[in-house]
Parts: sequence; C-alpha cells; structure tokens
Amino acid sequence: MYNKKVLDYFRHPKNYGVIKNYSGRGKVGNPRCGDIMELHIKIGKDKRGREIIKDVKWQTFGCAAAIATSSMVTEMVKGKTLEEAKKISNQQVTKKLGGLPPIKTHCSILAEEALDSAIKDYEKRKKK
Amino acid sequence: MEVYLDNSATTQVDGKIIKLMNKYFSENYGNPSSLHDFGRRAKESLDKSREIIAKKINTNKDEIIFTSGGSESNNLALNILKEGDHLITTKIEHPSIFETAKNLERKGIKVTYLNVNKEGFVDLDELKKSINKNTKLVSIIHGNNEIGVIQDLEAIGKICKNILFHTDAVQSFCKINIDVNKFNLSLASFSSHKIHGPKGVGALYVKKGLELNKMILGGHQEMNKRGGTENVPGIVGFGEAIKLIKENDIKRIGELRDFLIKELLKIPRTRLNGSKNKRLCNNINISFELIEGEGLMLHLDMKGVKVSTGSACSSQTLEPSHVLIAIGLPHEIAHGSIRFSLSKNTTKKELLYTIKKVKEVAKLLRKISPLKDDTK
Repeated sequence: MYNKKVLDYFRHPKNYGVIKNYSGRGKVGNPRCGDIMELHIKIGKDKRGREIIKDVKWQTFGCAAAIATSSMVTEMVKGKTLEEAKKISNQQVTKKLGGLPPIKTHCSILAEEALDSAIKDYEKRKKK
Repeated sequence: MEVYLDNSATTQVDGKIIKLMNKYFSENYGNPSSLHDFGRRAKESLDKSREIIAKKINTNKDEIIFTSGGSESNNLALNILKEGDHLITTKIEHPSIFETAKNLERKGIKVTYLNVNKEGFVDLDELKKSINKNTKLVSIIHGNNEIGVIQDLEAIGKICKNILFHTDAVQSFCKINIDVNKFNLSLASFSSHKIHGPKGVGALYVKKGLELNKMILGGHQEMNKRGGTENVPGIVGFGEAIKLIKENDIKRIGELRDFLIKELLKIPRTRLNGSKNKRLCNNINISFELIEGEGLMLHLDMKGVKVSTGSACSSQTLEPSHVLIAIGLPHEIAHGSIRFSLSKNTTKKELLYTIKKVKEVAKLLRKISPLKDDTK
C-alpha cells in the first residue's frame, strides 16, 4: 500500500516534538477522523534580513501517511523564507514522498493546512 | 523474530493437511458427480468430511452443504428471505452478514439491527420485543471476529421458537461447543481456514426440510442447494483440520490469551474491548489511547509482529470499526484499537517479544502524538 520512502519517513520521523517559545502554532484535524497535526514554527532572519523558518517541529496523531507527510513538510520548509514556505502545496509534499495511496490524500492536505495555520498564527501575533 | 498474531484473519495450514490434500489433486482427482469409481471415491471423501462436521455440531451429514467459505455461507443463509419478510440481526456482524442485510433492505426486506451493551452482548429483551408477525429469520454472530465476545446462543434459540435462527460460527467453530439442536439453529456458517485448514472452503448447516434460495445455479450438487463441482481437496482438508483440533490446545491458547491481556493492560491508558469471561480463546482486542492504530500496526509489522487494527485509516472507507462503535467506544479510541489473535502455534516466547515491542512502539507513538496535552 505505501511505498518504501513513505514507510521510511514513517519509521524514522524527523523534526518531531515541540518548540517551547514558538513564533507560530497550527493545529488541524479532528480526533474523530483519526488525524490531528500540530505544527510549531520559530521565525528568524537570514543575512538579507528576510524572515525565514529557523526551526519547525510537529506532533501527529494519525496513520503512517499522516506521520510521513508531517515529517516531510517540516523537512521541506526548514530554512525557507516565509514567502517560499507559503507556496508549498500538498501535491509537492506527496510528490516528494513518491506518492500516497489515493485514499490518503487528505493526510497530505492536513500537513499543508497545519503549515498554513502556523504561518497565519505567526502573522497575527506579529500584528498585535 | 516473526510473530504471527492475526489468526482470526487466517491460519497456517497444517503440514499433515497439505500432504493429504495433495493426493486429491494428483491421485484421487475424480469429480464427485461422476458415476465411475474415480467419482465414487471422490464422493466418499466429501461425505467423510460432511460426517466430521455434522458430528462436531451434533447433527446428520445430510444437513451439511459445502461452500466456498464463511462469506458465501452467510450470503446463502440470509438470501432465504423474500420481500415482506423481517430479519433481525445485530450491529456487530461480520461484513458478509451486514452487507447482505443492507442489500436485502433494498429488495424490500425489513431489517432490525440489535444493539449490544458495552461488553458486546445482545440484549435478549430487545430481541424479544423486535419480533413481529413477519419475522422470519434471526441471524446473530456466535464468537465475534473483532472483539471475541461469545453470545448465548442457547438463550437466543429459546426465543426463536417459530422463527429460523442462523448463526455465523466462523470464528467460534472448534473453539466452543456448538450443538445445533440445543441452540435451536436452522442455519449455521463455518469456515476452514480459521482452523488451520485451506482457504476457499466453508460449510453451511441447513436444517432438514429447509429450502434455500439457490445462488449458484447449474448443477444438482450439494443436495441441489449449491451448483458447481465441489472443491474436493479443500473439503478433505477441512475435515482433516477438524480432526486435528485438540481440547488441550484450546485450553493452552486461552491461558496465553489471559497472559497477553494481563501484560498489555499494564501499559498506561489501555483498555480491553469485549467481555473478559465470555471470550473466544484466541482473541485479544485492546485500545491504546492517544495512538492511532494503523501506525501501531505498521511499526509492529516492521518489528516482525503481525496484528490487525480497527482503525479507520486502515479501512477503505476511513470509518472506524462498526463493532467498536457499537460497543460505545468514542471514535478516537476506536482508532487506536489492535486485535491480537492467537493459534495453537503461538508460544509464550513470542508473546514476551510482542509485549516488549508493543511497549516500545506505544512509547514512541505517544511521544509524537499531540493529544497528550489535551487529556491531562
């Protein structure tokens, strides 16, 4: 059902955990459906003064696809500017994982939503 | 280490059975419907297996027909109903019963799905109250395939006085005594591959005089209740599998089950699903809170331990197990349920390894789960 890469990311998840003094936090999903993803980001600045995702951590209650996409999306955004991170789509995450079974597409959407939600949370905090 | 704990899904075929079956592919390969001696010998072998099954459930061999498995037997049993009839079944049936019941509803048959309590038992009063003048058939699973709960068929049979009574005995057959007379059964489904026999073989007990709605047409085989050349090697294997069942094995499996339950419940935030006492000797179903079952199952798989899960993520519908919902588990806990099912080949050493691995995986998955903070 899952390809080798998905299973590898599921088996050896990267970047899981929490950031205590996070800049933004996104939590999406619903335990009834069997998927909850929480994502923390820490924002910093690069040499050119652009805002970048300095650190990112996740926690997920969900199936292998949910865990693998959580791990992959955090790997993809780490070090990226906020503008770049905003452009990351669930299709890109799925593609990087070499594809997911069609019924698991919603897991990759969850990863994209968690990232979006964390970035929006940061932007809201910044305005305050 | 490889540990196979999915014996409710299927079992390993006993070597002795394979050896015996092989003879029926290469030497005694006759068609039981043929009149020459090849055919006669094949027919005798079929009837020998028929006799073994009949004896096991305290009936006569002319009340047993062979099918392709438990699912076909269940389909065939329920398809006895016609438009206007009323069927009573439960919310914890195997898909081959409830999908058939849903299909019957589309054909104008009324269906009542009985509730179960939190241990999984049918309420006998609800059953009594559900019976009306159109009620033709009551179909209730004997030993549940997911949570192992065993229904009191004797008590249910007493309620079904002038009504046909069917049971899906696929999981309970050869684990618990079944007496079709004592239980007042008219129909009962059995399967070979759950008891170390080959796949693709099952049986249906049909009380004498009962007319089925034939589903496979084209021949007068099986007392004109099911067309098609019989699967002789498989049926011989099925009979042999029953002969190889030992009372001692059942007892030992039950002891191993109790040991595994006791040890797994030592893990914090776990619960046993189903009844503690009236339970199939080989079934363990445990919910691990804060964890999603597919993840747990796949991690165990990679460590060599083969189990199954009631999690939605492992199903094609993304809905958690209907049985776990019927016993009142909240969705998020149903998602974290694992079934461990044992067999006569299971050893204590394998269970010790399993316990160790379950603890490791549960710890890891709880570490990456965001749910813990919410539930403190």
